[in-house]
Amino acid sequence: MMGSIDPILLIASLMVASTPILLAAIGELVVEKAGVLNLGVEGMMIVGAIAGFAMAVESGSPLMGFLGAAVAGAALSLIFAFLTQVLLSNQVATGLALTLFGIGFSALIGQGYTGVRPPPTPKMDFGPLSDIPVIGPMLLRHDPMVYVSILIIAAVWAFLKFTRAGLVLRAVGESHDAAHALGYKVVRLRVLAIAFGGACAGLGGAYLSLVRVPQWTEGMTAGAGWIALAIVVFASWRPWRVLAGAYLFGGVTVLQLNLQAAGVAIPVQYLSMAPYLITILVLVLISADRRRAAQNAPASLGRVFHASS
Amino acid sequence: MTGTETAQLLTIRGLTKAYPGVVANSDVSFSVAPGEVHALLGENGAGKSTLVKAIYGLVRPDSGEMRMRGEPYAPTEPRAARAAGVAMVFQHFSLFEALNVAENVALGMEHPPRQRELAAKIRAVSEAYGLPLDPSRLVGDLSAGERQRVEIIRCLLQDPKLLIMDEPTSVLTPQEVEILFATLRQLSAEGTAILYISHKLEEIRSLCDSATILRRGKVVATCTPREVSARDLAEMMVGTALTPPARAPRTDWAGAPALEVTGLSVASPMPFGTSLKGIGFTVARGEVLGIAGVAGNGQDELLLALSGELKSAPGMVRAAGVDLGDKGPNDRRRAGFVVAPEERLGHAAAPGMSLVENALLSGWVRMGLVRRGFIDWAATRHFAEGVVKEYDVRTPGTHVAARALSGGNLQKFVIGRELSQEPAVIVINQPTWGVDASAAASIRQVILDRAAAGAAVVVISQDLDELMEIADRFAALNEGRLSAPRPVQGLTMEQVGLMMGGAHGMHVPEAGAADVLHAEAADAEA
Amino acid sequence: MLKLERRPAPSRLWTAATPVLAVIATMIAGGLLFAALGKAPVEAIRTIFWDPLFGEFASYSRPQLLVKAGPLILIAIGLSLGFKAQVWNIGAEGQYMMGALFGAATGLAFYPTDSVLLFPAMVVMGAFGGFLWAMIPAVLKLRFGTSEILVSLMLVYVAQHIMSAASFGMLRNPEGMGFPGSRNFQHYPAAFNSELIAGTGMHWGGVAALGAVVAAYVLLTRHILGFHIRVAGEAPRAARFAGVSPVLLTSICLGTSGALAGLAGLFEVTGPAGQITTDFASGYGFTAIIVAFLGRLHPVGILLAGLLMALTYIGGELAQLTLNLPSAAVQAFQGMLLFFLLAFDVLANFRIRLVGSKSVKGAGA
Repeated sequence: MMGSIDPILLIASLMVASTPILLAAIGELVVEKAGVLNLGVEGMMIVGAIAGFAMAVESGSPLMGFLGAAVAGAALSLIFAFLTQVLLSNQVATGLALTLFGIGFSALIGQGYTGVRPPPTPKMDFGPLSDIPVIGPMLLRHDPMVYVSILIIAAVWAFLKFTRAGLVLRAVGESHDAAHALGYKVVRLRVLAIAFGGACAGLGGAYLSLVRVPQWTEGMTAGAGWIALAIVVFASWRPWRVLAGAYLFGGVTVLQLNLQAAGVAIPVQYLSMAPYLITILVLVLISADRRRAAQNAPASLGRVFHASS
Repeated sequence: MTGTETAQLLTIRGLTKAYPGVVANSDVSFSVAPGEVHALLGENGAGKSTLVKAIYGLVRPDSGEMRMRGEPYAPTEPRAARAAGVAMVFQHFSLFEALNVAENVALGMEHPPRQRELAAKIRAVSEAYGLPLDPSRLVGDLSAGERQRVEIIRCLLQDPKLLIMDEPTSVLTPQEVEILFATLRQLSAEGTAILYISHKLEEIRSLCDSATILRRGKVVATCTPREVSARDLAEMMVGTALTPPARAPRTDWAGAPALEVTGLSVASPMPFGTSLKGIGFTVARGEVLGIAGVAGNGQDELLLALSGELKSAPGMVRAAGVDLGDKGPNDRRRAGFVVAPEERLGHAAAPGMSLVENALLSGWVRMGLVRRGFIDWAATRHFAEGVVKEYDVRTPGTHVAARALSGGNLQKFVIGRELSQEPAVIVINQPTWGVDASAAASIRQVILDRAAAGAAVVVISQDLDELMEIADRFAALNEGRLSAPRPVQGLTMEQVGLMMGGAHGMHVPEAGAADVLHAEAADAEA
Repeated sequence: MLKLERRPAPSRLWTAATPVLAVIATMIAGGLLFAALGKAPVEAIRTIFWDPLFGEFASYSRPQLLVKAGPLILIAIGLSLGFKAQVWNIGAEGQYMMGALFGAATGLAFYPTDSVLLFPAMVVMGAFGGFLWAMIPAVLKLRFGTSEILVSLMLVYVAQHIMSAASFGMLRNPEGMGFPGSRNFQHYPAAFNSELIAGTGMHWGGVAALGAVVAAYVLLTRHILGFHIRVAGEAPRAARFAGVSPVLLTSICLGTSGALAGLAGLFEVTGPAGQITTDFASGYGFTAIIVAFLGRLHPVGILLAGLLMALTYIGGELAQLTLNLPSAAVQAFQGMLLFFLLAFDVLANFRIRLVGSKSVKGAGA
């Protein structure tokens, strides 16, 4: 029965299945590196999904769709930024509010778009490279967003490791009081990080509705945003490990879908649980090593910053 | 512009800054000349910190003017201050534990060079000034003294004209203080002005050329510290003459030692904490054991292990012969323990809760404030009111939140809450940290009174003078290990310093260090 | 420029006033939203907030208020204990489903008994199901330090699939012509959670909710455990200093909220819902989060907030019928309410001052 699953196809579809979570997770990584915990990823993703979808359908251009999704995700995240950074609200509660609001709001504006087909997103053309056996169909016949998401990972990695601004961002996440004492603009930096995270989550959502599914249904993110949050923890706040985590997760999802299609004698419902159970398992494994988990986590994560002087 | 003003590096005239309810600085004026070591002396809350924050651009004064070399100077942010040649070594809050030394230094500079060049510069400057540092180490793994070196080197690489040091010696052993002073004297000889903030009188007398004394936000005196006695300085600072605490003659109590700690080893619960390694001591009834040590050598962990918040193995902690090693805080309270942690807001007291609720927090076990799980609020209120009255806690009432009290008053409340429980064993970390002199004196007095009444007392403190004043025996924590306790009588400062670990791998700066520094600075500008 | 200045103690006046302000602001913003959707704003607001109580169909919708408020209050009371102690159980929806499953399975196992002991046994099993489901994140957090937020949330999706598996498999009605879904408890008197007073909507779930409100009030104001829960949220280190065991506290908070959510599920499946189906989950577990915050994590506040939220549910359904307003509108509305609440919260903890560039003018009060 396993023989009916083609490994080349599996890896190719794994990359597609992972991209939404990858995008959302790398955005959230930057937010958390700045010391902010935004639990609203799910909400921003689903608003990105409908905004991107609507934009693409209305304009006929998937590119416009992705742009619109990024803007919508960032706009929604700015509500979170205003509440947590300016009005100093609790980050956990505000993130939850963002998710609850996003789910309702997306369903509201998505009313007219159920059953509509979005304009197709063209595949990249690498010319003869795409015809290389194995590698071609596996890695080089995807849509541009797959490669963009990997480029974003690389860019975030380089930004955090080599640039001055990346150093300041890490410093702010480590100790906002110390960063403030040295004269860095803690709030301004965090707002920018939150907006970046929102834009990435929006892109991830749009990838779901424009490429992966591709159509609009209510609640279509089905926990992808939460899994993205889990992947940031799994990755110990390191960009390349986000890639590994997202692909691992995508692999599990694709595999269980393949098993379903192959007609394995396990009820569908139990196979569909697998991604969530695996996420829990991975979280347990990663947090079991407490010392390491504690050292990698940004020390100011989730704490409210109020400059008293 | 007058001649004297241009000769001065920094001139401050009529500076005033008010916060709601408090005037932090009122009409403060003084000036600092190039190469001068100028002391800002005052008690906690006298307005020293606000003043230097204004000079460093962190606080904007309400009125008054500052001039730098005669030019108007009004920095709106630390960046502007740094550009004007002002550098500051903070007492708290300016290092990042999870970043390495070089990254920490880079964050304090305007235009840091590449990491590799910076690392080389840090090595060169740290060697030249006798402050060895490895640029690639994580700051979280450094001792308090080493962390201070990071801050100092961060400042030195900017080639500052004015170096502000906020209570720099509170994290150093006496030997390390000597080396720091040598570095500062060298800088002063090279023309760098130093604004030195402290409430330690002997230090100021040995280091500073002039002093401005602040009290309640106002300048009350200026003097040349070498020409006045420490006693006179103290009176100018506090405003009244202080009497040292009175001790009752020691009574010899019979029976087993009230507190017996043997082979106490526990891992630190904090990511960059210090684990305790084989700590052992005994305290008899009526005795005060003073435990010194530079911050970060296991003080917090020792307090947690004694309070029961950090559980140890059976047999490690005994009170009057009863094994409490693996017991939690409330079991230990039942056995007669009371504990006052260093951090008042957030550890010893819940900031947003009222004094009544905070009285319940640790008082319910010994004061019988809870019956069958239900709280007797009337009795709790009565207890809280008693503490407020007896320990002279200034508050509008027991209904106010803990965070509304000033540091000194809250400390009096916390100490009072613990000491009114008729304890057999008292453990206190930093009893007078951040408390003004008169409140500190009264806190020390009640501790001694409790000892005279038969309690065994452990005082953990970074204030050596305080320990010398109230302790019978003295021991020091160094990297999680405790030295053998020795009687305080006849102990010299040098011996104390060695017990604290001496100077951690430092040496006295070489001649010609200035050339290295200035060459480096010139490189940076080029 | 605006500047925030921390109050020495949270303002009691503002703490009580912010939920009211938030509701008003939500009505205004919601009205604008509806206007943008091309609906008459005033009419929409009236349909949601006024008509269910005093409108044409009020005699039908009024009892629904208690039916909907019961589970919301029951779940929110449990959540509020955890939220107070900074233990974030956001998977109440999953615990709600598992409670319903455990309880329903117990009842169906004894079909067709008429023992009076059956319903109490189902209640116990319902609470146990929710408790068990909530103890998974508790144990993982305590043993491995895993985030209870993510685990409890993941378990919602797992519970959802178990629910669906059960209605297709184990619990499927053998006489149901092959349709998914369990037997209907309406036709199983010993296991049915019927209306206690006809025409009020009050069933055992409502009674349990009121009981939970009273118990939580006593716990939080009079009992040392409630005090410890409050300290743990206010200052975790102070809680450890007071001898509170994080293990015990986390277990109690998660366990209690799970058990209460399980109860809510049980009362729902045996009463208003009637049977286990694939779409049994109705979002009560998530809406209860809003109820808990809107009620300021205070038992009485939660009681009022639960009633208000129930009102928006019923009003939303009414608006769907009469104004053709999409059902998702209410969800967006509820999310917005939480935003406004969190925003206005700043007034309780901070004073807002206007800071001029030159001089600071102190404002009183």
